[in-house]
This record gives sequence, C-alpha cells and structure tokens, in this order.
Amino acid sequence: MTAALMATTPGGLLLVLAVVVPVIGILALWLVRSRDIERVAIATLTVNLAISLATLQAVRASDAPLVYLVGGWLPPLGLALRVDGIAAVMTAMTGAIVAVTALYARGQFGFDPQGPEQRRPMVFWTMLLAITGALNLIFAGEDLFNLYVALELLTFAAVPLVSLDRSRDTLAAALRYLVFALAGSVLYLLGVAVIYGAYGTLDLVVLSEMRGADGALLLAIGLMTPGLIAKTALFPLHLWLPPAHAGAPAAASAILSALVVKGSFFLILRLWFDLLPPGLGTIGANGLGVLGAGAVIVGSVLALRQARLKLLVAYSTVAQIGYLFLVFPLATGSEAASPFASLAWTGGVLQLLAHAFAKAAMFMAAGLVYEAIGNDRIDGFRGLGRLAPVTVLTMTLAGLSLMGLPPSGGFSAKWLMLSAALGEGAWWWAVVILAGGLLAAGYVFRILVPAFSAPDTPAERQHPVALTRELAALSLAVIAILIGFLPLSPWPLLAIGRLIQVSP
Amino acid sequence: MSLAPFDAATLYGLLGAVLVGIGLYGIVLHESFMRRLLAFNLLGGGVFILFGVVARRGAGAGFPGDPVPQALVITGVVVAFCATALAITLIERLAAKDEASDGDHKS
Repeated sequence: MTAALMATTPGGLLLVLAVVVPVIGILALWLVRSRDIERVAIATLTVNLAISLATLQAVRASDAPLVYLVGGWLPPLGLALRVDGIAAVMTAMTGAIVAVTALYARGQFGFDPQGPEQRRPMVFWTMLLAITGALNLIFAGEDLFNLYVALELLTFAAVPLVSLDRSRDTLAAALRYLVFALAGSVLYLLGVAVIYGAYGTLDLVVLSEMRGADGALLLAIGLMTPGLIAKTALFPLHLWLPPAHAGAPAAASAILSALVVKGSFFLILRLWFDLLPPGLGTIGANGLGVLGAGAVIVGSVLALRQARLKLLVAYSTVAQIGYLFLVFPLATGSEAASPFASLAWTGGVLQLLAHAFAKAAMFMAAGLVYEAIGNDRIDGFRGLGRLAPVTVLTMTLAGLSLMGLPPSGGFSAKWLMLSAALGEGAWWWAVVILAGGLLAAGYVFRILVPAFSAPDTPAERQHPVALTRELAALSLAVIAILIGFLPLSPWPLLAIGRLIQVSP
Repeated sequence: MSLAPFDAATLYGLLGAVLVGIGLYGIVLHESFMRRLLAFNLLGGGVFILFGVVARRGAGAGFPGDPVPQALVITGVVVAFCATALAITLIERLAAKDEASDGDHKS
C-alpha cells in the first residue's frame, strides 16, 4: 500500500514549482532595479496562482492526490511532497488571496523617487513571497521535520510584516508574536523528537499506517498541539494576535489574518485526523472544541468593545478561528463513514475559506477607510457611505459572511456545522455557533450603522484612492459571498486522498 | 558511562528534560523579552539534546549513532540561530526607541 501511495504522479512537478517559484521570485527581487520590484513580485504571484489552480484541477481530474518524491527517494529515507483534496483547496485559496493582496498593495509600498526609505517595499514584497512559498510547503509537506522548517519560515516571514512601520507599539507586538511563535515551534519540535524516537520515521503516510494506541504518539501530539495552538492564536493563547494584526499595514494584516494563522491550523488538522487512531481522540477533540467555543464567545465580546476598526477586525479573527476548532468534536463524533465525508469536515473547510476571503477584504477595507478619513475610529464613521461607497460595500459583503447571513460562505459553513451538531445531538455546540453569529452581527452593525447614516457635517475625503485597490478588496468580499452558492453537502473533493482511518 | 545506575543516553535524556523544563518556565513566566529569548534558547538546547538521545538509542546495525536525528539537529540549530538573530534585532530596535523617548515608555 505504501508503494502505491508513494510514487511520483503525473503533475507532481507542480508541487515542486509551488514551493520553488516564490523562492525564485525572492531571488529575482534582489537582481532588479528597485522600481521593478513590484512588477517582478506581482508576476511571480500570478505564476503562483496559475500553478495552484492547475494543482487543484489536477487533483480533481485524477481523483487522487498528487505526489512528488524529491530526488526519487522513497520515504522514510527521502522526502515526499503530497497534495490531497483539502490541501489543493488551501493552495488555491492562498494563491488567490496573495495575488489580489499584491494588486491592493501596489503603490502602497511602491517605488518613491523622492523618499529616502527604500527598504520597506523590499521587505514587504520579499516577505509576501516568502509567506506564499512557506504556506505552499506546509500544504504540500509530508515529513514532520520538513513541516517544522516550513512553519518557521512562515513565522520569520510574518513577524517583520507586523513591524513594517517601526513604531514602538508594533515592534513590541512583533516581539510578542515572535515569542509565542517560537515557544510554539519548539514544542512542536519536541513532539517531532518523540515521534522519531518511537517510530524511526517522520513521514505522515508511513506513520499513519503504523499508528496504534501508543503512549508516545499521544505524548507527541499532546506537545505539538499546544505549540500549534499558540501559533494559530486559539483562545486562551490569542493574546499576541490583536496588537500584531491591528498594527501591521492593511495589506500585511490581510495576509496575516486570512492566511498565516491557517498554516498552523492545517497542521493540527493533519496531526489529529491522520495520526490519531479513531476513538482515541474524542476527549481531546472535545477539549479543542471547548477552547474553540471560548474563542467564539470571548473574541466576539471583545470585538464588540473595540473603538478602532482594525482592532475590532482583529478580535473578530480570534472569534472566527474558534469556529474552526469546532470541527474536531463534530467530525470525530459524526456517524458518517469517515470524518472526511461528514458535514462538519466540509463545514470547517468552508469556514476556513469564507473567513480567509472575508477577513482579507475586511482588513483591506479598513486600510481604505483609514486613508479616506485619516483614522479608523468607529465613532467617526458617519457619512462614510458617501465618501467611500465601494469600500463600505466591501465591508457590508464581508460582514455578511462573517455574521453568517445567507447567501454567503459564512452562512454555508455555519449551516453545515449547525446541521452536524444537531444531527449528532450535540446541541451545546449549536448554541455556541448561534451565539457567535448574534455577537458577530452586533459588531458588524456597529461598523455599518454609522457608515450608512448621514453625516452631521459634510466630510471630505482626505486622500484619493485608486479604484483598482477598492476593486481588489471588493473582489475578495464577492468571492466570500459566492462561496455561499456552492452545494450544501459534503464535497467529495475534500475527501480525496485522505488517509482512511482503519480501526486497530 | 560509569555513572551507574544511568547509562549515558538516560543521563542525557534527563538533562535534556531538565533544560526543557527550565526553558518553558522562563518563557512563560518572565516579562522581559531578553530573558524569554534566553529561555527559548535553553528550551531549544534541551530539545536538541533529546534528539541526540534518540539518535543514540535508535542506532542499530552496528552504527554508533543514527545519523538522521543529527541532521535534524543541525537544521534545528540553524533555525534557532536565525530566530535568535531576528529576536535580537527586534529587541535592539525596541530598546533604541525606548532610549529615544527618554524612558517615559519603559515597560
């Protein structure tokens, strides 16, 4: 069985390209004149988007995962890259969001002939490409240590984005983020050591075939999960997220909030569903669900109390990450043949997609609001609808998805999770999902009501904004809505290539 | 090797575990970023020693040690070095800001 799973498939080269192209792009940035940096970066990200869509198409067409054996060496000696259905969806999502963010960021960090500061654009575009490459490696990686390196690359690329404006507050936020992330990755590495000591291999496919009710595996996952939770900013380890995500420039916040936290979440998903034997993870899965529920409630309540838009959006990320963790109890508790065919599995992935698109749009809109009125205090939003109609439309559509009103991706995700919870008789998760939706409606309307009301004094736009940037943000919000038109049932695509759980 | 009742691998394993414990304590409970960074390095050192123990215990076929964990440790050391360099840069920048503002923002 290992041999069948482990051979380079046609199209496997796409996985190598997905990792290598962003790195080539980074190297190319150093070779071109500084006014061409943007163009090279955007071209690279366009190629990356094409590669990720081709990967998705190849997985769909062949109904099997893509595999590439690096150097032709079979695991456990060699490293394999492997993209299954869910990983292909994640890769495509990353490609799309990064490419649109690049269009939005055009000019913001652009070449300025008068400005003495030439490093910011270089830092931003380098880190954006590095994040793309690291995420692609996380989605395609198959070897636990390889994944560790990818996680660290992701952290090292994300931290400098937080402190791009070099103010004292953002430097402190970046440092706090770095400390949480480093502690998290060392715990993950400790788990890797335990697994290698017990099994002598780090390849996920090989490991999943030899798994059993083993103390070493439980210990390893018990160490790795808190580490990854710290990186994902699940309540109660979310403290670093709001200052870091709110302090970064809007384009960077969009990437950090929409994509970077999903990288470590994806690893938790793989560890729990690929490695843990069925039945063993129930208690732990419920524990993760409780933390997720805490995140939904606490994050939403804190979001309601923020006076600044970017902080509100950042706390909303804390809450929306909470929903993702409800997948663990709901998918393991389902009656479906495998957790990957369950409603909750598809619901969780939809939540991940919808949140990524809606949150990226929301942060971009927050940046545009800041440029339009010179600050992002919510009590100064009166009349915003006239000043920046496209931006307010973006916030409205993204807000619909965050609240979970139909038709939107957020609605589909929450509907599937609700059906899963009620189908399993686990009404308490349903209560959390509904309460979270109500609270989200509260904080979204806190933004929208003043934005749509008439101003006391006719305000003036501080700063002209290019229409392309407004449309970039709008396009992401529209995608978040369009996800809601996908069929409300488990997608076969997301079960492709998952390692089937065999009862011991 | 003569430290009965421990063999070398167990002794190093325990030492690694102690370092991990001290590091975790420091990284969770200290306020200052510098101390937390040092604690992170202790924690990392402990994990690397554990990899060494794994290499020693997992060695079969007459080898004195399993080479794979050693390769992992070398990569891990490089990553930890980069992390430390990045953190030091940020700490320095932060300290420079605090000095520039005459210490009225001391944390």
